Amino acid sequence: MLYYAAPIFLPLFGAVIAGLFGRVIGARGAQLVTCGAMGVAAVMAIVVFTEVVLQGETATIVLFDWFASGDLDVDWLLRFDELTGVMVFVVCVVSFLIHVYSIGYMAHDPHVPRFFAYLSLFTFFMLALVSADNFLQMFFGWEGVGLVSYLLIGFWYKRPSANAAAIKAFIVNRVGDFGFALGILAIFLMFDTVSFDAVFSGAPGMVDAEVTFLGHSFDFLEVACILLFVGAMGKSAQFLLHTWLPDAMEGPTPVSALIHAATMVTAGVFMVARLSPIFEYAPIALSVVTFFGATTAIFAATIAITQNDIKRVIAYSTCSQLGYMFFACGVSAYGAGIFHLTTHAFFKALLFLGAGAVIHAMSDEQDMRKMGGIWRMIPVTYVLMWIGNLALAGIFPFSGFFSKDIILESAFASHTGLGMYAFGLGILAAFLTAFYSWRLLFLTFHGKPRADERVMAHVHEAPPVMWVPLVGLAIGAVVIGYLMLPMVATDIDFWGTSILVLPIHNALEEAHHVDFWVKALPMAVGVLGIGGAFLFYVLKPELPGQLATRARPVYLFLLNKWYFDELYDILFVRSAKYLGRNLWRQGDGAVIDGIGPDGIAAATLSVARRAVRLQSGYVYHYAFAMLLGLAAIVTWYLIAGR
Amino acid sequence: MQPFVEPDYLPALPELFLAGASVTLLMAGVFIGDRSTRLMTWLACVAMAAAFVMVLVLPDERTTTFFGLFVTDRFAAFMKCLVLVGAAVTLIVGLGYVKREGMNRFEFPVLIVFATLGMLLMISANDLIALYVGLELQSLSLYIVAAFRRDSLRSTEAGLKYFVLGAISSGLLLYGCSMVYGFTGVTGFEGIAEALATTVPGNVAAETGVLIGLVFIAAALAFKVSAVPFHMWTPDVYEGAPTPVTAFFAAAPKVAAMALLLRVFLGPFHELAGQWDQIIIFVSIASMGLGAFAAIGQKNIKRLMAYSSIGHVGYALVGLSAGTPEGIRGVLVYMLIYMVMTLGGFACILAMRQRGQMVEEISDLSGLSKTNPSLALALAIFMFSMAGIPPLAGFFGKLYVFLAAVDEGLYGLAIFGVLASVVGAYYYIRIVKVMYFDQPAEGFDRPVGVELSAVLAGTGIITLFFFAYPAPILAGAEAAAAALMP
Repeated sequence: MLYYAAPIFLPLFGAVIAGLFGRVIGARGAQLVTCGAMGVAAVMAIVVFTEVVLQGETATIVLFDWFASGDLDVDWLLRFDELTGVMVFVVCVVSFLIHVYSIGYMAHDPHVPRFFAYLSLFTFFMLALVSADNFLQMFFGWEGVGLVSYLLIGFWYKRPSANAAAIKAFIVNRVGDFGFALGILAIFLMFDTVSFDAVFSGAPGMVDAEVTFLGHSFDFLEVACILLFVGAMGKSAQFLLHTWLPDAMEGPTPVSALIHAATMVTAGVFMVARLSPIFEYAPIALSVVTFFGATTAIFAATIAITQNDIKRVIAYSTCSQLGYMFFACGVSAYGAGIFHLTTHAFFKALLFLGAGAVIHAMSDEQDMRKMGGIWRMIPVTYVLMWIGNLALAGIFPFSGFFSKDIILESAFASHTGLGMYAFGLGILAAFLTAFYSWRLLFLTFHGKPRADERVMAHVHEAPPVMWVPLVGLAIGAVVIGYLMLPMVATDIDFWGTSILVLPIHNALEEAHHVDFWVKALPMAVGVLGIGGAFLFYVLKPELPGQLATRARPVYLFLLNKWYFDELYDILFVRSAKYLGRNLWRQGDGAVIDGIGPDGIAAATLSVARRAVRLQSGYVYHYAFAMLLGLAAIVTWYLIAGR
Repeated sequence: MQPFVEPDYLPALPELFLAGASVTLLMAGVFIGDRSTRLMTWLACVAMAAAFVMVLVLPDERTTTFFGLFVTDRFAAFMKCLVLVGAAVTLIVGLGYVKREGMNRFEFPVLIVFATLGMLLMISANDLIALYVGLELQSLSLYIVAAFRRDSLRSTEAGLKYFVLGAISSGLLLYGCSMVYGFTGVTGFEGIAEALATTVPGNVAAETGVLIGLVFIAAALAFKVSAVPFHMWTPDVYEGAPTPVTAFFAAAPKVAAMALLLRVFLGPFHELAGQWDQIIIFVSIASMGLGAFAAIGQKNIKRLMAYSSIGHVGYALVGLSAGTPEGIRGVLVYMLIYMVMTLGGFACILAMRQRGQMVEEISDLSGLSKTNPSLALALAIFMFSMAGIPPLAGFFGKLYVFLAAVDEGLYGLAIFGVLASVVGAYYYIRIVKVMYFDQPAEGFDRPVGVELSAVLAGTGIITLFFFAYPAPILAGAEAAAAALMP
């Protein structure tokens, strides 16, 4: 079973070689090493998937003792169960394709070895995260992917906007990670261990356990799960902690595809699914998950319809799709969530890389208002983008159809208020998804060319090294939904023990028995959305402008992303700076320096001046001082000595 | 009439020898004249070295002679060694100055020997009368050497001031002695101690009288060690007196006066420890505080050294306030280290010559690290040591006294001492800053002279490497403290 570890450590090997010896082996060498290692890892990942998931040969590989400190004894274990198997497969395959694509995309960059080292290092951390067997190991991978995400968003570190975006991503993720860390501490506090197996088996016994904080009692499991979910929200860019994801598009497009679409941002979903044995006993936490998932789904979709940057549209789309995955988990349809994660990884990576190919063709132009009319010039990319969008919009028989359908059906079948909330918003978001997807398609490829002639003259199809991986992803986007359908089947025990669903939470099972209109509605609104986009951007291109003018406040509200950046700027950034400046000027400068070092120094100087002035030079002064001192001492003894 | 009994002369051999030597030197000087100054100086040093050897070879155990007026013990031996070394070294470092600055008179070394003799007698005094005689012999010699440059206004002013104020302090001392004698009926230290233990307690008048007498004696001794508020003469005299004389003042007499202070407080007045330690604590705090603050405003380095010495006396008295053998050991170690640092510091000051003229301003040291790196290094070592920076010797001096104070629960005193040493560190380190970071001024004349270089090297090495092998000094100080506080 030890070869299970191969797909996890091969990327690390590639990263170390490319990162430390990049100057020696050069760009070509770094590409060969990392892509080669990644290729082998992808093959191994398919082997692992076959053996672990299809043949059920789950395993736990002991690597070494990590550390022991008091009660905390942590081993380094690799956990290979069905969930890990699926994730390893998705991560390795997508990562490999993106590695290959990057050879072409980053061909002209002067820092190729560094890029590939980061990319492989990211893959390693992601795999460490999904193969973790305890909370700390998961946190290790979690922080690792956060770090590499930071490094890759700021890859073009000479751009101020890239640095700002990198810092923003890091800081917003700190907020989430803080929640995650608190969650881990809470778990350790109650269970005295951070091992998954021990915690999972102990969770039923903790149902009524309470923690007291600031004099209030809280249900322990609910608190722990909500804290852990805060971590997931940060990493998966959910509502309120989503602001970093669109800005993260400052990174190179392959990074957006791998990290900010296919893998890292889905870590939150994976975490909730992985921790299903705890979340299942925390109904309030599940409701929170559902609420935030559904809200994010619609919230991000509304923003996506107004954005003009091709990558930002896809970024908000990602945000929205992550919302779907979360509310699937929230209604205990974890299988459906992971199913959507899997299909999404392929079609969203395809969309991003396709967008990358478009940007490549348009001489690094990202604004869709300056594109249009290029579909004949880059037909391969055009077709691939169609496939990606069809999958995203959930059109039969593309992969998104299966996964999105089952999620919405599960939400409907959960028969709870929040479930219906999620279902309603999900349907609306599905309509918007189709709308903005085809808006993107039409604006980018159809209509009159809006770019200048020089750019248009340059429009060219991407080289094979770029479009061949896209074909691989496109195949995945077409077939993976059908192939992976067992993930959500009720008659096959696909997940084994890796996901726990309590019998009362049978939404996924019920989902197969919902009315036909529920099953048909998602695709119907998808088609409607496509039609709407066709109307708006092909038939009557003047309509969007008129609508934007008519409903200007709404348009601005959406265009400015619900003003979240501005709100956070006022609430946190400026107030923190204001607080900092005041503490610096008033607190440190005036009080601490003023009374402390400066004040003491000034007082010392003034005392010194007076002490010097005592020395007048007159003998009678001196004699007087002596006698005065003598008299004082004698007086002291005569009065106080009594 | 009692028959005259010949006293045992042997315990007083160093003093007798030195007395004979000084008279011989004086006679020789008179016959040879002023050109003999250099020879006289070296002969004086040889005499002190001989006395040093005699102190060492004499038996250690406590012996009294001259009908109880004179005592020798380990404590006396330790302090006498310090005084003799201090006096001899100041004579040596002063050689060049004496020759150049118009002090080339053979009386100078002779007077120093007389003063040293007085100090030895002070240290061995075992009676109020003996104490006074020794003190006056020392003081009279010091008044003269302070004003030794008769043509210098500042030197004569220093001598006069010292004389007038010294006379007042002598008056205080005598008054205190008479009070004590009046209420105890004896002048011998053992007698006083016995009276304080037996007859005085219970007698309110006697208690009060002895106490006031003690305060007067304490004030006079505080004057001699230049402790606040009896310190006022120090800055003026240090600044005005010729530099070798200042170096001498800062080294030997201070040690002798401290020895006298210890012997008086821990010997005859041991019974009143609960009373006098209040004076000591007050004087110690005042000295540390004034030494730290007043020195900040100084521009003249000799004046700065005066305040520095006031501060150091304050630190040393912290050990006496503790009143334990550890505390006394701390005082003795402190005085030894203080003397070494002071001699080194004054050796540096004596090297401050520009175009043949002595200079004394701190600003004259600007950029010394560029113009004379080794001198700058030596002075930096002494300054860091005086500031109490580990691992230099000055740090250990402070460490032992503060530890003793903390062991006795005198936390307030120890904390004040540490804070004062922080303030004090400012002006010591400022000198280092001036030497190392300021723009170089005109360099000092070179060479600085063989004697100065040798003294600088010796004191510098002791200051720098004290931490490596402190055992012999600690053992000596411990034995001396044990002799005083059995």
